[in-house]
Amino acid sequence: MTNSGSTPLPAEQQDGAFAHMAYVLRSNPVTLLAFCMFAVLMIAAVLGPSLVPYDPLASNAALALDPPSLAHWFGTDSLGRDVFSRVIVATRLDLAISIAAVALSFLIGSVLGSIAGYWGGWLDSILNRLFDTIMAFPLFVLAMGIVAALGNTVENIVYATAVINIPFYARLVRAEVNIRRDAGFAQAAKLAGNADIRVLALHIFPNALPPMMVQVSLNLGWAILNAAGLSFIGLGVRPPTAEWGIMVAEGANFIVSGEWWLALFPGFALMFAVFTFNLLGDGLRDIVDPRQRS
Amino acid sequence: MSLLSITDLKVSFQTRRGEVQAVRGVSLELKKGEILGVVGESGSGKSVTSYALMRLLESNGRITGGALTYDGMDLRSVKESTMRDLRGREISMVFQNPRAALNPIRKVGQQIEDVLRRHAKATRSTAKAEAIKALEAVRINDAEARYNAYPFELSGGMCQRIVIALALACDPRLLIADEPTTGLDITTQKAVMELIADLIAERGMSAMVITHDLGLAAQYCDRIVVMKDGGIVEEGAPGQMFAAPRHAYTRKLVDATPREGTCVRALLPAEQRTPEPDLPKSDTPLLEVRNLTKTYRGKSGPVHAVKGISFTVNKGESVGLVGESGCGKSTTSSILVRLSDPTEGEILFNGEDLALTPAAGFARDPRRAAIQMVFQDATDSFNPRHTARHSISEPLARLTNLSRLDLKARVEELADLVGLPRPLLERFPHQLSGGQKARVGIARAIAVDPQFLILDEPTAALDVSIQALVLNLLVDLRAKLGISYLFVSHDLHVVRLLCDHVIVMKDGEIVEQGPTSKVMETPAHPYTRQLLAAAPKPPVLATSAAE
Amino acid sequence: MAGRLATVGLRITHAIPVILGVVVVSFVLTRALPGDPAVYFAGAAADEESIAQIRTALGLDKPLPEQFLIYAKDVLTGDLGQSISTGQPVLQDLANRLPASLELTLTALLLSCSIAIPLGVLAATRPGSAVDHLCRVLVTAGVSLPTFFTGVVLIYVFYYLLGIAPAPLGRLDFIYLDPDHVTGFYLIDAALAGDLETWLGALKQLVLPATTLALFTLAPLARMTRAAMLGALSSDYIRTARAAGLTEDKVLFTYAFRNALLPVITTLGMVFSFTLGANVLVEKVFAWPGIGSYAVEALVVSDYAAVQGFVLAMALLFVALNLVIDLTYTLIDPRIGFETR
Repeated sequence: MTNSGSTPLPAEQQDGAFAHMAYVLRSNPVTLLAFCMFAVLMIAAVLGPSLVPYDPLASNAALALDPPSLAHWFGTDSLGRDVFSRVIVATRLDLAISIAAVALSFLIGSVLGSIAGYWGGWLDSILNRLFDTIMAFPLFVLAMGIVAALGNTVENIVYATAVINIPFYARLVRAEVNIRRDAGFAQAAKLAGNADIRVLALHIFPNALPPMMVQVSLNLGWAILNAAGLSFIGLGVRPPTAEWGIMVAEGANFIVSGEWWLALFPGFALMFAVFTFNLLGDGLRDIVDPRQRS
Repeated sequence: MSLLSITDLKVSFQTRRGEVQAVRGVSLELKKGEILGVVGESGSGKSVTSYALMRLLESNGRITGGALTYDGMDLRSVKESTMRDLRGREISMVFQNPRAALNPIRKVGQQIEDVLRRHAKATRSTAKAEAIKALEAVRINDAEARYNAYPFELSGGMCQRIVIALALACDPRLLIADEPTTGLDITTQKAVMELIADLIAERGMSAMVITHDLGLAAQYCDRIVVMKDGGIVEEGAPGQMFAAPRHAYTRKLVDATPREGTCVRALLPAEQRTPEPDLPKSDTPLLEVRNLTKTYRGKSGPVHAVKGISFTVNKGESVGLVGESGCGKSTTSSILVRLSDPTEGEILFNGEDLALTPAAGFARDPRRAAIQMVFQDATDSFNPRHTARHSISEPLARLTNLSRLDLKARVEELADLVGLPRPLLERFPHQLSGGQKARVGIARAIAVDPQFLILDEPTAALDVSIQALVLNLLVDLRAKLGISYLFVSHDLHVVRLLCDHVIVMKDGEIVEQGPTSKVMETPAHPYTRQLLAAAPKPPVLATSAAE
Repeated sequence: MAGRLATVGLRITHAIPVILGVVVVSFVLTRALPGDPAVYFAGAAADEESIAQIRTALGLDKPLPEQFLIYAKDVLTGDLGQSISTGQPVLQDLANRLPASLELTLTALLLSCSIAIPLGVLAATRPGSAVDHLCRVLVTAGVSLPTFFTGVVLIYVFYYLLGIAPAPLGRLDFIYLDPDHVTGFYLIDAALAGDLETWLGALKQLVLPATTLALFTLAPLARMTRAAMLGALSSDYIRTARAAGLTEDKVLFTYAFRNALLPVITTLGMVFSFTLGANVLVEKVFAWPGIGSYAVEALVVSDYAAVQGFVLAMALLFVALNLVIDLTYTLIDPRIGFETR
């Protein structure tokens, strides 16, 4: 194709991935900010429990419902527990649930999607039907149903969140694999003596990874929301465990009487985490595919 | 009296790396009733000039200098609303890739109506009749039925007719055609170009035909300007330009344009021509294809892609496989290279039937190395995550037992063989030019010393000057390595240069085959004659042919 | 036209295997999971005897395929079991509460579509402008909002601090009488009855939850509209239309917007999915008497028949909504029904 559209071919083809990344970070400070926010989250998750000033579970009736002060930055809840300590400590649990769920759906989705996209045929049809069926449920509602049926535990929240995410990964991988199945480089790899499975695993799948990473990042945010939503309605994590969703749920009862700090701080923490992953996803998308920049 | 004059036009684009000048001071005149060809390779600024003239540059581009005068009007300073009145009524455009140029979810008739009504050439009540008239004007049969069609229901050639109908609906005085036939089949190409030429003559219009194909421009234009790097290097009548090009670049382009009566070395600039190598020939068959058939199960019944074809490729021979899109040539090459299985038939390679080994298991077959392929789309055929070195060494690593050191040496030897500078081996595909990628593709294909190489339109995406280099490289390699070629192409001129024997396919069948000179000079089948007639005919160069 | 009708028919038949799949999944959720379903269905306060009774009543002593047939027959005849907490058939409970959920969801969707689509279009036509930046901020922030938290914040601001919103306690303050039941949608019923006061009362209650839900769906819709519009505007046929001198309005609306609408409609399916899920959370926050809060209440008391009935009902509702989306798409896009899968 002699592409002679109205844009001249820019010289930008020359630079490598690293220069491109540097360019994106320089021209898009928001992405840099996202990376910093992500670091904060990780620190809170790893070191949080050893950094906080109070035991997140220790109640003190004398201090119940104290507004934020120097001693208790985020105030205390109805049992006199320190809200700040609880918000920080909850990071680990919330992140762990979503990362475990996303990792699980990434793995299963990649395998199923690769198979469906590469070999097609009846296997593809069956998998497609299966994903259609999962997607036929409003996803949060399906997660509710699964946790209700499997039992009210943290692991089951992870499984439920993984199940509702699998179709997204599988569909994405399927599409990415499918468009490359007959690509010249896949055929060239076969001519070079690679059997199908090697072509799929070593040549095609790695090229599907960049868009997958974007999906992972955006999905992590969504998984956190999902898990917090489930605990908000009383599924999965149970009191007195510190978890953002439950804390907002407990705080909601006091909001009509003006004790705003109970719900607001965990809510903000939740937003911060989800926002970080969304920004990160957008930034990764810019690095991966400059044409899709939004 | 000139209809359009462009004086010292400068256009630049704002990119990440700062301002890039795409057009650097272009001046040209277009007289009434004249057809002007604007010829250049990719990146020469030929299309940008026309978009600037229409004031349809993308938002990052702007005109930085010069004057655009159309019929006494200064196009640079008129109001946008005036410009909009001019577009479609005074100056129209026809584009490359006609299917994408039409709104996919609006009936083509309505799209023509939109233009007619915009320029008050029709009212609500007369619009449909006028639109059908416009369709009839571009010689569309059954225009009334076509009025209701959507672009996806029409062939590429038909879509281009619609785009032409749309452009000419309001009787503009100037038509700009931007690569109007690129991507269309060769017979459709001819039909479209002739339609444009006839309509222009009938209506006494002027036209500017933008193309990368010097031969095509020479055939249809009164005058040609050649552009390079945003400037005009030469201007003149086609005959004179072919006979005595003044500028070195024009000479290079003229030389590189494949045409009747030339040889492959003559495509190169005179100072680079070396004597033609001796090509090996033998009468021992290497590949014998017998009754090869491929039938797919389609949505509406079986699709017969290849209907029982038979031919032979001798050792050291180069065979051309020619046909238009959908004729089954790609299916055939995919089966021969053992990437897919035939429904029926034998593929005797050195006497052994390869069709007995299913394609899925052929990757580990000992004969895998003997049959290799150079792919059409150089960009698509490289793993974007692998360097050139990695791509070339992949078949060596999988199909030979070379040590790491030997492998490295072999890759470098191959790079030298195909004329790829060694430092480029460390680059990724997107860091290589089209010509460099073609060389890497060839190096990869010959890495494991194949006996038989399938070349699937290896130069289709390249500029002519690069094509000339690659074609010569292929001839040299054949002489040096004694590989047999199956050269798949739609370009008869190129096949004539490269092949001893030619096979013409149509609708899954071989309509004619024989020695190249015989098929080209005394074609027996009407379809072959049609193909030959459709190929652009640049003026034959007496000087070149004599050399 | 006959081809188009056939396509519509085909789309409707496509929904059948999906519905079958939904019934299978909901059967798996109720019966086939580890643990004794009879214990779940009997509820928290059941003794040995009532569990045994439930087991026979549900046919749990029979083989799985037979159980499935019984289940499918029950679902087909509308028998979703009895709710332990209300003592009513689950189907009746759901039917009573469905209008409340639908009124909330549809109002929210209407609200978010009427803001998101113009916003996305404006942002795409003026890249780099203030509208574009507003759109981007809104989109990124919007998808990060946990609905239940937005609801809590809105209550704090508009009810506690400003005092302009009514207490977040259901569809209508107790000082009003429920309007006569016609559609079950209070806004429509009150309007039909000509009762302006009740209509306003219902509207006041609806504003905050609907806004909460709308804020949540705004982001994906605006994002998709903007992206689709940008994609359409940079395509070749827009260049053709411009080169033919068509007016900017014609180019934007007849050419770009209609094409951009197609991916937006596809996104609507996903948005519906999110909305129906978020609906549950919003109903809990605002004590909205819809099927979402019914399910949450049922969860608390381990009323499994009610929960699973709710899941099934939501899935069927969603399948129906998707069918409407598919049909709309079929009507807009002439290519559907011709392309190969």
